[in-house]
Amino acid sequence: MQNLCLFIVLAPLVGAIVTGLFGRDVGRSGAHWIAIVSVGVSFFLSLLVFWQIVIRGDEPYNANLYTWLESGGIDLHVGFLIDELTATMMVVVTFVSWMVHIYTVGYMHDDPGYQRFFSYISLFTFSMLMLVMANNFMQLFFGWEAVGLVSYLLIGFWFKRDTAIYANLKAFLVNRVGDFGFLLGIAAVAMYFSSMDYVDVFAQAESMKDVRISIFAGHEWSLMTLICILLFVGAMGKSAQFPLHVWLPDSMEGPTPISALIHAATMVTAGIFMVARMSPLFETSTTALSFVLIIGAITAFFMGLLGLVQNDIKRVIAYSTLSQLGYMTVALGASAYSAAIFHLMTHAFFKALLFLAAGSVIIGMHHEQDMRRMGGLRKLMPITWITCLIGSFALIGLPGTAGFFSKDAIIEAVKASHTPGAIIGYYACLIGVFITALYSFRLVFLVFHGEPRMDDETRSHVHETPAVVWGPLVALAIPSVVIGAIAIEPMLFGDFFGRSIFVDPAHDVFAHMHENYHGILGFIWHGLFQAPFLLASGGVFVAWYLYLKRPDLPRRIAERTTLIHKILVNKYGLDTFNDWFFAGGTRGVGQALWRFGDVALIDGIMVDGSAKMIGWWAGVVRNIQSGYLYHYAFAMIIGLLALLAIFVHRLFG
Amino acid sequence: MLSLAHFLLIGAVLFCLSVAGIFINRKNVIILLMCVELMLLAVNMNFIAFSHFNADIAGQVFVFFILTVAAAEAAIGLAILVVLFRSRNSINVEDLDMMRG
Amino acid sequence: MSVEAIVFYVFASALVFAASMVITVRNPVHAALFLIMAFFASAGLWILLEAEFLAITLVLVYVGAVMVLFLFVVMMLDINLTVLREGFARYLPIAFVVALGMMVSLGLIVGKDNFGLDAVGPAAKAPASYSNTEELGRVLYTDYVFPFEIAAVILLVAIIAAIALTLRPTRQTKAPNPDRQVAVKRGDRIRIVKMDSEK
Repeated sequence: MQNLCLFIVLAPLVGAIVTGLFGRDVGRSGAHWIAIVSVGVSFFLSLLVFWQIVIRGDEPYNANLYTWLESGGIDLHVGFLIDELTATMMVVVTFVSWMVHIYTVGYMHDDPGYQRFFSYISLFTFSMLMLVMANNFMQLFFGWEAVGLVSYLLIGFWFKRDTAIYANLKAFLVNRVGDFGFLLGIAAVAMYFSSMDYVDVFAQAESMKDVRISIFAGHEWSLMTLICILLFVGAMGKSAQFPLHVWLPDSMEGPTPISALIHAATMVTAGIFMVARMSPLFETSTTALSFVLIIGAITAFFMGLLGLVQNDIKRVIAYSTLSQLGYMTVALGASAYSAAIFHLMTHAFFKALLFLAAGSVIIGMHHEQDMRRMGGLRKLMPITWITCLIGSFALIGLPGTAGFFSKDAIIEAVKASHTPGAIIGYYACLIGVFITALYSFRLVFLVFHGEPRMDDETRSHVHETPAVVWGPLVALAIPSVVIGAIAIEPMLFGDFFGRSIFVDPAHDVFAHMHENYHGILGFIWHGLFQAPFLLASGGVFVAWYLYLKRPDLPRRIAERTTLIHKILVNKYGLDTFNDWFFAGGTRGVGQALWRFGDVALIDGIMVDGSAKMIGWWAGVVRNIQSGYLYHYAFAMIIGLLALLAIFVHRLFG
Repeated sequence: MLSLAHFLLIGAVLFCLSVAGIFINRKNVIILLMCVELMLLAVNMNFIAFSHFNADIAGQVFVFFILTVAAAEAAIGLAILVVLFRSRNSINVEDLDMMRG
Repeated sequence: MSVEAIVFYVFASALVFAASMVITVRNPVHAALFLIMAFFASAGLWILLEAEFLAITLVLVYVGAVMVLFLFVVMMLDINLTVLREGFARYLPIAFVVALGMMVSLGLIVGKDNFGLDAVGPAAKAPASYSNTEELGRVLYTDYVFPFEIAAVILLVAIIAAIALTLRPTRQTKAPNPDRQVAVKRGDRIRIVKMDSEK
C-alpha cells in the first residue's frame, strides 16, 4: 500500500519535473507522452486503491512515511491517510486530470508554452493528490498552497496578456485572505490539540466541544466554532464562496483545460473535500455549520443569477461552477457531507465536460469566446453539441443523469436538516435550480441553435475538433450520465464512506430519506413530480422562449429592468468595491505610510535629520578647533587645574 | 633634616614655572619646547624623590625611560621645527593654524 | 642646618632661578643656556637623592646632546624675536595667576602634612657598598628588559625620523640608483655604428 501510494503521488511529480526542466530535450510529443503516461499510471493505481479500499473493504491505510520535523511536542509528518473518501477523491482527481491531459494535446497544439503547460498540470495533479491523501494538517496545507501556486501559474499562463496577469494576481491575493484564516485555524488546532494528525485531532474533538476561549477580553468563544469557521474561511477562498468568490470568474483567463481541471473539477472542490474531511470537527459546532450553510446558500443563489447576464461562454460556466460549489457548501452545512462529496464527484465530471466542450467550441471558433457571435453550431460540431447537451442536462438535473441524483439529494437533505438557516438554504437551492436551467440552456441555445451570428469567413472554417479533443468529451460524458445512478445507493445510504465521514446522529438527514428510498427507478419516478424537476423544466422552457422563439425579448427585458441588469452586469459591484476599498485602500495606506512614515519620518527626520543634526553640531563645535597650539595648551592646563581642584577638595574638603 | 616634601615642592615649583612659561611665551615654539623639557624635569624630580624615600629603584627606571623618550621627542620636535621653518620661514605659533576646524 | 640642607637650598634656589630665567629671557640662546643651568642644578639635587647614575646621564644626555641640539636649531634659524615676544606683558598676569593657583593647590597636596618627616620619615641609609648604577643596571636588564629594548627602538625610530624629516636631496648627490642600474639594457649603453673604413 505504501509503495502504491508513493507511485500514485510521485508519478505526476516526475512527469512535471521531466517536462518542466527538460522540456526542450524531450520535445513537444515527448512532453505530452511523459505527462499523459505518468498521470495515467496514477489513475490506474488509484483505481486499484479504490477497489481495495471501497470494494474489497480493506481497513483504511494510515501511516507516516517521513518525519519532516519535530518541534515542541508537535511532530510534522509526511504521511498518507487512505480511506473511502480519499480513494474517491483520488479517482476523481486523476481521472479528470488524465482526460484534461489528453485534451490538452489538441487544445494547446499551437502554443509555444506546450511543455510548460504539461509541467504545470502534472505538478497540479501531484499537489492535489498530496492534498487529498494527507493524514495531517500540515501536509494538507502544503497541498493547499501548492495547488494555489499552480493555479496562479496557470491563470497567468499567457503571461503576456495584461488581463491574465491581473486575474492571477487577483486569484492569488483573494486566496491569501482565505489561506490566512485557514492557517489561523490550523494554528488553533495545533495549539489546543497539540497534534497535527487527523486521527489524534478527531479523537479529541468531542472532548473539546465545550471548551471556551476568550480572544478579546470579555468575549468568550466556543473553541470548536472558532476553529471550524477559520478553517471554513480557507475553504471559502479555495472553493470560491461568497465573498471570496471574485477570483474564480477572472481565472477564466487561463487556458480552457485549466478552467476544466482546476477551476471546476478539482482544486475549487478542495474546500468541500476539506470540510468533509473535517466532519468530526464541524459536527461539534452547530454555529459553524449554520455559517457554512448560509454562505453556501448565498453563493448558490446569487452567483447563479450572474450567469444569466454573461456573454463569455467560459464565464457562464464559471458562474455555474460558483453556484454548484454553493450547493455543495449548503450540503456541508446541512451535515450531508456524503451528498456534498457525491455532488462534488458528479459535478467534477459534468463540469469538466462542459468546460472541455466550451473549449472545443472555442477551438472550432478560432478562439472566439463571445456567445453573441456564435449560434447554429449544432450541425457543424455534432459531437461537441451532443456532449455539451449531456453535460447541461446533468447540470440542470434531468432525472436519470448524474446531476439529478446529487442535486436532488442535496435539496432533500437541506429540506430535512434542522441546522439554523436550513430553510434559507432550501429555497436558495430550489430557485437556484430554475436559474441553473435558464443559464445552461441559454448557453446551449445561443451557441448551438438558432441563426449563426458569426461572419462568413469564420463560419466557413468551423469544423468538428480532432479526436484527441472530442475523445475526452465522450469519456467524460459517460460518467456524467451514469455515475449518479451507480453511486447514489452506496454513497448516500450505504456504508460507502465508512468511518471517514462522521455525522452526529442528531444531524443525520439521510435516515429520513432512506425510509422513502425505493431503488433508483423509484427515486427517478419520485423526482419527476418534485419541484426541482418542474423548476428545471420551466427554466429550459423560458430559455427556449427567450433565446430561440423571441430573441428580441432579452434586450427589452434588460432595458426595462435597467437597475437590476446593471447590478448583475457589475457583479453586485463587489469587484468595484474590492478594487476601491481593499486594493485602493491598501494602496492609499501604503502611499500614506510611504509619504509620512518613510519619506518624512524615517528618511527625513531619523536618517537625514540625524545626519543634519550631527553636521550642525559639528559646525558649532569646529569653532573650538582654532588650530592654535596655545589654545590646546590652555585647555590642557585648565583641565589640569580643575583636576587639582577636585583633588584638593577631596583631600581637605 | 630634609624631607620628601622639600623635593616634591621643588618639583611643583618647577612645574608651575613651566606652565607660566607656556602662557607667556605662547608664540615661540622653541621656548615652548624648553618649557616642556622643564615639565619633564619636574616630573623626574618627583620620581627620584619618591624612589629615594621609598627605597624603590623602580622610580629611577621610570626616569630612565622618560629621559629616553624626552630625548627622542626633542629630536623629532626640533626636526619638525626645522622643516616647518623651511616651508613657512617662521616659527610663530600664530602662523600655524593649518589644523583649524 | 646640616650640610645636606645647605646643599639642597643652594641647588634648589639655583634651579628656581634658572627656570625663571628660561621662561622670561628675551633671547632663545640665553634661554637654552639657562635651561642647561637648570639641568645642572637638578643633577646636583639628584646626587643628593643618591641617584648618581641618572644625574650623570642627565648631564651627559641633556646638556651634552639635547641642549646642544637646541642651540644648533636656535642659531640656525633666523628668528624674528620681536614678533615672537608679542603679548609677553599682556599674558604675564594670567600666567602669574594660573601658576600661583596651581602652586597653592600643589603645595597643599605635597606639603608637609602629607609628605613631611612625620608622614613619610627619613630615607633609609644605604650601606657603603651600595652602588646606584649597579642596582639600576640589574633591574633594567632583568625586570625591565623588554621596555628597555623598546626604548632602544624608540630612539632608533627617532633618529631615522629626524633624518628623514630634515634631509634635503641636494643636486650634487652622486649616489647611484640601483633600480635603474638593474633595469639597464645593452642598447642603452652601446651603439654599433656601421661605416665604411676610412682610407
